[in-house]
Amino acid sequence: MLKYLSRWSGLGSALCVALAFGATPAVAKDVVKVGYIGPLTGGNSAVGLGARNSADLAVRLQNADPKSKYQYELVALDDECKANIGVQVATKMASDAKIIGAATHYCSAVALGTVDIYHRFKMPVIVWGAVEPKITYGNNYPEIFRTIGTQEYQNKVASTFMRSLGYKKFAVIHDTTDYGKAHKDFFVKFLTEQGGEVLGIFGVTSEQQDFTTELTKIKALNAEVLYFGGLTPLGVRIRSQMDKLDLKLQFEGTSGIKSDAYISGVGAKLAEGTLSFLDGAPVEKLAGGKAFTEAYAKQGYAQPAEALGIFAFASMKQIIDTIEKVGPNRKALVTALSQIKEDDTLIGKITYDEHGQNAIPLMTKYVVQDGQWTIWEDSEYASGKRSLVKVK
Amino acid sequence: MHILVFNEERFGSMDFSLLLQFFINGCMLGMMYALVAVGFTLFFGVLDVIVFSHGDSVMVGAFAGLTSYLFCMYISPGMPVWLVTFFVFLAGMAFVAGFGMLVSRFIIMPLRSAPALNTLLATMMLGTVMREAVRLFFPDGSNPKPFPRLLPDWSWKFGDVLLRFDNLALFVAGVLLIVGVAFLINHSRLGMAIRAVAQDAEAAQIMGVNFPLIVLLTFAIGSAVAAFAGLMNGLYYNEINFNLGLLLGAIGFSSAVIGGLGNIYGAILGGFVFAFLQVIGTVATPFSSAYKDVFAFGVVIVLMAIFPTGILSERQSQRV
Repeated sequence: MLKYLSRWSGLGSALCVALAFGATPAVAKDVVKVGYIGPLTGGNSAVGLGARNSADLAVRLQNADPKSKYQYELVALDDECKANIGVQVATKMASDAKIIGAATHYCSAVALGTVDIYHRFKMPVIVWGAVEPKITYGNNYPEIFRTIGTQEYQNKVASTFMRSLGYKKFAVIHDTTDYGKAHKDFFVKFLTEQGGEVLGIFGVTSEQQDFTTELTKIKALNAEVLYFGGLTPLGVRIRSQMDKLDLKLQFEGTSGIKSDAYISGVGAKLAEGTLSFLDGAPVEKLAGGKAFTEAYAKQGYAQPAEALGIFAFASMKQIIDTIEKVGPNRKALVTALSQIKEDDTLIGKITYDEHGQNAIPLMTKYVVQDGQWTIWEDSEYASGKRSLVKVK
Repeated sequence: MHILVFNEERFGSMDFSLLLQFFINGCMLGMMYALVAVGFTLFFGVLDVIVFSHGDSVMVGAFAGLTSYLFCMYISPGMPVWLVTFFVFLAGMAFVAGFGMLVSRFIIMPLRSAPALNTLLATMMLGTVMREAVRLFFPDGSNPKPFPRLLPDWSWKFGDVLLRFDNLALFVAGVLLIVGVAFLINHSRLGMAIRAVAQDAEAAQIMGVNFPLIVLLTFAIGSAVAAFAGLMNGLYYNEINFNLGLLLGAIGFSSAVIGGLGNIYGAILGGFVFAFLQVIGTVATPFSSAYKDVFAFGVVIVLMAIFPTGILSERQSQRV
């Protein structure tokens, strides 16, 4: 009986609220368009879709907030992780004056090719996933911002860490995009500065399927570590084929392979002990991480947020928050974003330097343990219970 | 992995071992390219068409095999591995053969009287549709998929050379398949009909050859061979992805062209030539391995200039 009463009283309250709203003239909010660009198809779409969902989550949460001044609409476009496609979709988005700002790009080659377009159309963008330094430091465009860090710092941390583990001899495979080449350049630079030795460098194309020749050559080099500067699809192939050739080297990747797709593609057994590095703290250690994870799960997205979802969310949230303050105007948004200092976001405090680059002071080291990316310091590898491939 | 190690001194120096390992890798790669090239050459031989979606048939074969493996594990997790392997090959090849027949019936045949460019474009677009269909409809299809290790992981180590049983088994199976296809073409009634259609389709029809059926069967054979290449790819690398057919298709086509388009033996030769060009491009050239495909395709252009009708020229070869 009480149950029924409670149900009816609930319905009654809802009716009262509806009548109250009906009695007051409803004011429709202005619709403001914001954009997202990333790889939604192709080999890197797992990360792109997770980031798209995360950006979408920022929009949905804002729209659900009754205090929001505007109704936001997300326009999501697919750059396929290809520079030529990226240029087309960036032009399409930038030329639509109704889109005020956007969170853009995972692939550095695409981001490098599109910054000129955003500048030409005076469209503010926050790069959420591409880490090549020149995207922000290779120009003086006020419209370009970036929440994620650059490859330079990542590789500095990576080389220092590997040397601290005692590894000295390295072989390097990198993809031949600007992204892969920059990883290779920074890693080799920092490693040699710290007394490491690079025995061989192998550039590979991102469509390559067979690596047995490169790996056989690496086998003969007698290296201790195989460093890979590239993205998940190639990382999976290389790690799988290392096993086929019985190549027992420590496998070290970059933020490009820090995805669940790497572990599922390689298999938990083979992925065990793989190292990678990623800007910022892991989602579970972030102040708003739990709320983000819960809100994401609640929306029922078909794909996981992946490692960079938090960056896309933070970028989109910052665009929305700034529009709320200065209104839906590109010029005002650029000015307001450039003045951001110590902004408290999901990924931590964001401060943009004169190039629009966020200085992320934290780099997290990860190792695959029992089929999960585990923070190095929390892993059994760090505690000594398990060991990586022995130093020769 | 079970590794049997043989005495290092007996099996020579590091350099020789390395060369032997490169040779083994090149042979495996060459076999895969040859299997893809055979399909291109069969289709061209019979209908004078270039089916650009053929590389993606390789990928579909691998995914069909993976699906049938998952099905086997679902209905009977304790099924013997040999039976699972047999079922994976049977299902993968049958599925792609059936798909190839549909392609020939609904895309190739209707475009037969249209300019060759139309077929080329239609099959290129079909390839994109196949790739995207797998990416979108296969669960989590955007990501690379681990392919089951169905073959024993025995291996033998001769000095620094690692010879794996699965490599050997796949290579031998590839050889047997090619020999089987060649035998079918050259020594069976079906093969005679295929060759008759390849020589002169109209005359063959006048002589009572069922032309549409022969085309369907040719596409079934070529596609099944592509599926075998896809399954071989999966078992060799233990990883498949929706994009694997793209470059494989381009290489398979180039292999068929340099070998002599329309000639099965030429396709086999072309496949191995291309694979070893890639190996040489990585190992023996002074520039970065990034240019190995540039090197291989560059040499293909030179070879095409020297042998315009392929290495096994028309005079020495008979179509299909």
